[in-house]
Amino acid sequence: MLFNGRHLVKTINFGEIRNLGSPIQQARVYNSRNVDELIFIDMAASAEGRGPVLEVIKGIIEECFMPLTVGGGIHYLENIQELLRIGADKISINSEAIGNPSFIEMAAEKFGSQCVVVSIDVKKINNEYRVFTNRGCEDAGFLAKDWAREVQERGAGEIFLTSIDRDGTMGGYDTGLIKEVSSGVSIPVIACGGAGKVQDIIDAVKIGGADAVSLASMFHYSGHTVNSIKQRMVAAGIPMREVTKLNNFI
Amino acid sequence: MSKRVVIIDYGMGNTASVKKAFNKLGAETLISADPKEIHLATHIVLPGVGAFPDGIRNLKEGGLAETLNKKILEEKIPFLGICLGMQLIAEKSFEFGAHDGLGWIKGDVRKLEVNGLRLPHVGWDNIEVSPDEQMFQGITDFNFYFVHSYHLICGEKNVVTSVCQYGEKFLASLRKDNIWATQFHPEKSQTSGLRLLENFLKYA
Repeated sequence: MLFNGRHLVKTINFGEIRNLGSPIQQARVYNSRNVDELIFIDMAASAEGRGPVLEVIKGIIEECFMPLTVGGGIHYLENIQELLRIGADKISINSEAIGNPSFIEMAAEKFGSQCVVVSIDVKKINNEYRVFTNRGCEDAGFLAKDWAREVQERGAGEIFLTSIDRDGTMGGYDTGLIKEVSSGVSIPVIACGGAGKVQDIIDAVKIGGADAVSLASMFHYSGHTVNSIKQRMVAAGIPMREVTKLNNFI
Repeated sequence: MSKRVVIIDYGMGNTASVKKAFNKLGAETLISADPKEIHLATHIVLPGVGAFPDGIRNLKEGGLAETLNKKILEEKIPFLGICLGMQLIAEKSFEFGAHDGLGWIKGDVRKLEVNGLRLPHVGWDNIEVSPDEQMFQGITDFNFYFVHSYHLICGEKNVVTSVCQYGEKFLASLRKDNIWATQFHPEKSQTSGLRLLENFLKYA
């Protein structure tokens, strides 16, 4: 779930922002469909110089009985403390990690690696996978595979890896990027950006070596459900948490 | 009688998530470390995310351990320990040195032997449950959400209600009289988890 401070949004290549309504209502739908985890990223927080929007995040947390990762605008340990206190399970950091890499260590030491996710945005330039910051506007100056190894050494528990080139295109994940990053680290890599059909997800796992996949457009714009996707993945030989019944508490 | 769930606040838990889950089930909830408030509980929950030494120190220094011993062992108030909250009721833990626990259950807490698998064990996993166990009544999907590196090696085999496999087979839940405990997080396990909490309110 991508958020701009006011609405749930979807982007294409980090631009062309479309408004998709209330994140709280969407969280309720995802919970009722038993998604395995929810990732909520406030893409505007750092650019607007503000912290996480706690009121909205609280509303989302109220709807979720599954693990929740919250990212966007996290620049201080106090931000993390507050998010965990209101019920987030993990936090995701991006620009602060790039600008101040020791923040990863500080966060992991204080709260444990299991709740520290580092989000990495990548563009392919001249056949190199390069890390970008500031919502894809600025080259951070290093390669995705090198940065991934560094964040692992500094104590990150997971990597949330987004291909800016594929974001919102529904044209398939960049399996080359996923493979280059996942083969160099031992922590889980969550692939994001490009899923348009179930085979794309299967490829991200089988060819790319992703440990998990993140989906947005496929749920927003296609008829797929969590269950229909999982059934196809199980049939392709990928072990999944199968959900046989809808959440009947909602 | 309406259910009044007190979630013990000892600085180590995802108390907000646990509270929300019990509220969803219609129970009255209170997050507290005050013996006067704990005294009014019909059900007591010890959540937990973090390391054993900090957890047991916080329980003992605040005098909470004495209050809990009295309520759970003497008055037999229904108790649910979650994750670290389950490990703390063991006799001993070997996380960052050797530490005594509350000692309500015979057994030690030790690091999982995972043969090269990643630790912590994070994510959804299937458990194998004992048949006819009230804890799992009405549950059809036995997958639950785990986040842990240590596990309880129980010295009382007749109390184990489910096991899970990650590198080795380990205890996923137990029940001894009024004491219920889970290594997984029912408050994060959607339908199956909420059902387990409902069973706790109903049967413990």
